[in-house]
Amino acid sequence: MSTRVDKYATTIPDVQSKNVLKASAPKTTHRVEALEKFFGSASAAQDFGAATKGYVLDHLGELLQQFEQKCVENGIQVHWAEDAKEANEIILGICREAAPAGSTIVKAKSMATEEIHLNEHLEAAGFKPVETDLGEFVVQIDGDVPTHIVTPIIHKNRFEVSDSFVREKLGPKTDVPEELAAQARKYLRQKFHEAPIGISGVNFGIAETGRIVLIENEGNSRLSTTMTDTHIAVMGLEKLLPTEADLATFLPLLAGSATNQRITTYCHFISSPRKPGENDGPAAVHLVILDNGRSKILNGPFKDILRCIRCGACLNTCPVYRQVGGHGYQHVYSGPLGAVLAPGLEGVEVYGDLAKASSLCGACEEVCPVRIPIPSMLLKLRDEGYRKKVINDGIPWSLFEMGATRPFLWRSGLTMVPMAGLVPHPLKNAWTGVRELPKREGESFRAWWSKHEK
Amino acid sequence: MLTCLCDAFYGNVGISTTKILKHLGYHVHFDDRQTCCGQPPFNAGDWGHAREVARYCQSVMFPDDRLVVTPSASCAAMVREGYHLLFPDEKPPMCYELSEFLTSVVGLSEWSGTKTYKRRIAFHRACHGRAIGVSAQAEMLLASVDGVELLPIENGDQCCGFGGAFCVVEPHLSERIGHEKVRTLLANEPDEIVSGDMGCLMHLGGLMRKDGTRIPVRHYAEILAEVI
Ligand code: SF4
Repeated sequence: MSTRVDKYATTIPDVQSKNVLKASAPKTTHRVEALEKFFGSASAAQDFGAATKGYVLDHLGELLQQFEQKCVENGIQVHWAEDAKEANEIILGICREAAPAGSTIVKAKSMATEEIHLNEHLEAAGFKPVETDLGEFVVQIDGDVPTHIVTPIIHKNRFEVSDSFVREKLGPKTDVPEELAAQARKYLRQKFHEAPIGISGVNFGIAETGRIVLIENEGNSRLSTTMTDTHIAVMGLEKLLPTEADLATFLPLLAGSATNQRITTYCHFISSPRKPGENDGPAAVHLVILDNGRSKILNGPFKDILRCIRCGACLNTCPVYRQVGGHGYQHVYSGPLGAVLAPGLEGVEVYGDLAKASSLCGACEEVCPVRIPIPSMLLKLRDEGYRKKVINDGIPWSLFEMGATRPFLWRSGLTMVPMAGLVPHPLKNAWTGVRELPKREGESFRAWWSKHEK
Repeated sequence: MLTCLCDAFYGNVGISTTKILKHLGYHVHFDDRQTCCGQPPFNAGDWGHAREVARYCQSVMFPDDRLVVTPSASCAAMVREGYHLLFPDEKPPMCYELSEFLTSVVGLSEWSGTKTYKRRIAFHRACHGRAIGVSAQAEMLLASVDGVELLPIENGDQCCGFGGAFCVVEPHLSERIGHEKVRTLLANEPDEIVSGDMGCLMHLGGLMRKDGTRIPVRHYAEILAEVI
């Protein structure tokens, strides 16, 4: 049975597929240019990235303790959430205390809050969450879901965005990106003024100092985290770096891998709420540290996927992702990252088939800034999925094994090759639907060998 | 090591590989008990049967430290990386991909052919070389052949969508990726499409023949052997 991604490939509208390919493919080329310009060698930076995040995972317990202690010293209120439900309850509790129901909540882009489906919960409780990242904003007004962890509307083009804006009465039809940005800006500016609460994700938590680091290009994260009275940051528990000095590598490594920049337009280093005598910044900063399946992954064979810094480079380079975008994976984390993380977080039983939606070309491992060996993880997931009977191709591998370990059977099988067209193999239709069957080209090697070399 | 696709469909690739190695003065040995490296069930997730085939392949092909060369990056990667996943406590055997062998072991940086091969070639780099550091070696040798012109390819590092059983169990993804590859390979109107892996050749060739594009699809070993 083919995977959900393959099935989706038959339904994806042509324009979406083209949008994704057009936007994702060049990022792979420009990624190397950006990293080499900054580091001299992209590969040396990747080695450093892998070693540092590997260290973090090996010392996660102590680093988290240190981080929490420093945050508390800085006046940041730390909360621990074991799963999505607990995280949502904690966040709702903070919101209820900070503002009356019906209040607007501005949100900066955050995959962690997508993961726990926070918006649904906020809305059910009567709050009005507004996504302020331009891409996420479009996703929200369209009732869509993000199809990429960095560029959520990679599947849309500016004409479609304008249609949505016209529908929402944000402004007249236009195909000029700057005008579209201005339309959204005008609307969102009002929301920033109204909102008493801002919610963001976290790109890096620095264990040494208890600082929260956020990067972005639009300025909406800054407004969400400084114009509001209460800032709530949601962080997956693996998102630590040991020291401030590590940022010297990780900021350009992430920016280069994600958006081919040397550094993002904005970098925020949030170390505390507003202090007495200061004029701006929120009165309270809350940090919700989210487990939601991560500690389970940490103690298993897919631990290294927790090195991920969510740059999206593996999505951009993946031949499968380039064809279908993120929707086909039916999970907030798509592409090669999602194919490992989704079954890791939610179980092979639920998302194990994603491991099959890969040609194992290895492009993802090549571009990953922290060198996560995604292809071998996909293979291990297939092994696990096969043993648990979650995946099954319907190919009789026992017969194949029988032939491939008995030279006599193998050779007699080979003599049938020229008649392959006559063999009623269960998978033949899948091959011949789009391709001609291969024919033996020229002489067989064995015949030649016994004539010339024996 | 012949590889199963070469055994079944692409005999000339094996013959060419033998000619190349003999031309360089090597004594070539072919064990006719060889079958497959075990990659098909391994990639499908059936590691139980994959281990059986891998064990058999190891006993036939890697009983000692003889030099093993194969005209497929995919099979070489299976032996070096795949066996490591199947048998994590053992040191996997060494198996060279042909162009890797010619450049790293023999030390060639160009191919000493005597004949001209006047063709515009779109070269597709087989992805499985990534795992074992095989990248531009075959292109380097081909480019040195008199008359060969290698054409630039848009998104040249992208997979062709073969992926072993992937191409039949995920047929729609495979087809889409394949058509995109064919489009970019044909963009500069090559005389031939050349690759280093028979899986890619079989898939790309099959797609193009179905579309009525009659353009030769060849393994680089065939060209190197022809110009000797
Ligand atoms: S797995 Fe690697 S390449 Fe993919 S998003 Fe994470 S860090 Fe980036």
